[in-house]
Amino acid sequence: MNLINSLPRKKGTLIAFCLLLLVLPWMISSGFQSGSSYLRALDMALLFIMLALGLNIVVGYAGLLDFGYIAFYAVGAYTYALLNSPHLQAMLPSWMMYPPFVVSIVICAIVACVFGIMLGAPTLKLRGDYLAIVTLGFGQIVRIFMTNLDRPINLTNGPQGINNILPPQFLGYNLGKPIEWFGLQFEPVHLFYYLILFFCALIIVVSIRLQNSRLGRAWVAIREDEIAANAMGINTRNVKLLAFAMGATFGGVSGALFASLQGFISPESFILMESIMVLSMVVLGGMGHIPGVILGAIIVSITPEVLRDVINPLQMAVVGRKVVDPETLRMLIFGAAMIIVMLVRPEGLWPSKRRRAELRPATKGIALQEKDDLQDAERNHD
Amino acid sequence: MTKVLLEISGIHKRFGGLHALNDVALTINQGEIYGLIGPNGAGKTTLFNVLTGLYQPDEGKFTFNGKDLFCQKPYIVVGSGIARTFQNIRLFANMSALENVMVGRHVRTKASVFGAIFRPPQVKNEEAAIRARAMELLEYVGIPHHAEELACNLSYGDQRRLEIARALATDPQLLALDEPAAGMNPKETEDLKELMQKIRNDGVTILLIEHDVKLMMGLCDRIAVLDYGKKIAEGRPEEVKSNPRVIEAYLGVAPE
Repeated sequence: MNLINSLPRKKGTLIAFCLLLLVLPWMISSGFQSGSSYLRALDMALLFIMLALGLNIVVGYAGLLDFGYIAFYAVGAYTYALLNSPHLQAMLPSWMMYPPFVVSIVICAIVACVFGIMLGAPTLKLRGDYLAIVTLGFGQIVRIFMTNLDRPINLTNGPQGINNILPPQFLGYNLGKPIEWFGLQFEPVHLFYYLILFFCALIIVVSIRLQNSRLGRAWVAIREDEIAANAMGINTRNVKLLAFAMGATFGGVSGALFASLQGFISPESFILMESIMVLSMVVLGGMGHIPGVILGAIIVSITPEVLRDVINPLQMAVVGRKVVDPETLRMLIFGAAMIIVMLVRPEGLWPSKRRRAELRPATKGIALQEKDDLQDAERNHD
Repeated sequence: MTKVLLEISGIHKRFGGLHALNDVALTINQGEIYGLIGPNGAGKTTLFNVLTGLYQPDEGKFTFNGKDLFCQKPYIVVGSGIARTFQNIRLFANMSALENVMVGRHVRTKASVFGAIFRPPQVKNEEAAIRARAMELLEYVGIPHHAEELACNLSYGDQRRLEIARALATDPQLLALDEPAAGMNPKETEDLKELMQKIRNDGVTILLIEHDVKLMMGLCDRIAVLDYGKKIAEGRPEEVKSNPRVIEAYLGVAPE
């Protein structure tokens, strides 16, 4: 709401911000030595923003704890890969192969949506920890299927994964090859940046609109008090299923873009750790608050990449030799940073007013109350 | 001629060995304030939950406004025009007062996912109408100045009012209030009584559970008394008050 209301006032800032986003890849690729790897990290960050926004609908709005969210990312990626690689060419009729890019994305979104409903339907009565365990299992099932569905018919090519995924063909351009426009050389990694940025913006707009609709309010109402929501005439079953479906759809789109960016996917990319990463983006940024979730996604996905470059020089400078394996140290620092943030700001880095109110004055209120009680007790004692 | 709005008969509800409602029958006429009293544990709230669809009765008949609502889901019951409040206030604590009431409009609005995403003009209008109606209802119950405040920060009396506004947002024909005056001081109770009379005068029938006998006697057109899941009396307040079975249920039998 705030974002929309303040748009006209901050139009200048917004335009400047958009321009910055447009030139960002050029700044990065010319500014750093390892520019293109940073640019890839940036592409991944945008994909994670989409994932985090999808999970935000399920966890942040509807309050349904989901530990298997990465499954929808996997479903989207595999659907895209199967349609756009030679892997299933022998099996599928030719009209199904290599659909136009936009059609591919829509198909991936729909398939992921169906999986979302498949997860949602049997778990409607579950909440909190119980739901978390079921979703955890669901995430594992999807991954294990992908690892093992190379027999009896080779559907997913097992642990080897699927390669030779065709890059998107768009208005006659092939995004897998450098393109020259106005004398500028656009590398694929740049092109993907703009493509993903576009979808990311789309998902942000959809998120904002859903949040400010009657459905967004119904989600929050269910999170706040399911019985009261029921008594207010909200069809809690359908509205919860919708939360799962929308979250899954966002995940599916993100997964499809991931597959087209990588050109290669395997079950490795969809392990439990990824689900937890996405969940920590949502929690760290500020559950249920779109700008917060975006910030969380950027920080959680970029920090490890930055640490990768910084950690070795840092070690050399401080101790003078390599003490700890940089990979271990990197995750150690990252984990410690997350713990500290959650201890200091349990409501997230950039929470909504609502959530801040929920976590801050409440604790303060109790503390004050206890102090008062203590003083009363002392007085009575005297 | 008064029109029967709600009619139940032969309602049974068992929780394991506990027969919480035993053959309960009552009719509520359009436009009246109907009171439901009884000692603690008599089954008043159970009956409420049955009437609002939160519990499914084991057997019986339940018609509302000519429509069969036996064992229907809450959203169908609310859609047919029964709204309720809760004994222990159940607001959406971390939503603003206005948003709470806007949630109440859910059942009377239609925007789908696609409507929400693409925002065609009718969805925009609907959204504006939801907001306007919610604001109107906050004014109606007398708390428009708290519209942007979080529900959990309102005073106890205002939370009660907000809950009534939220229930009214579903455009009910029957408003069921579960102990709305519990924990209120005499002044607040008096204000609440006025509010209930105003709601009734605006054409909404009221079903009321309350322990405050004085309030009930002055407010209700008819009263039913429950004890151990059975209806033991029904009628005009003064009749009920002097009914020996009611006195017995509340005070016990006088020793010989």
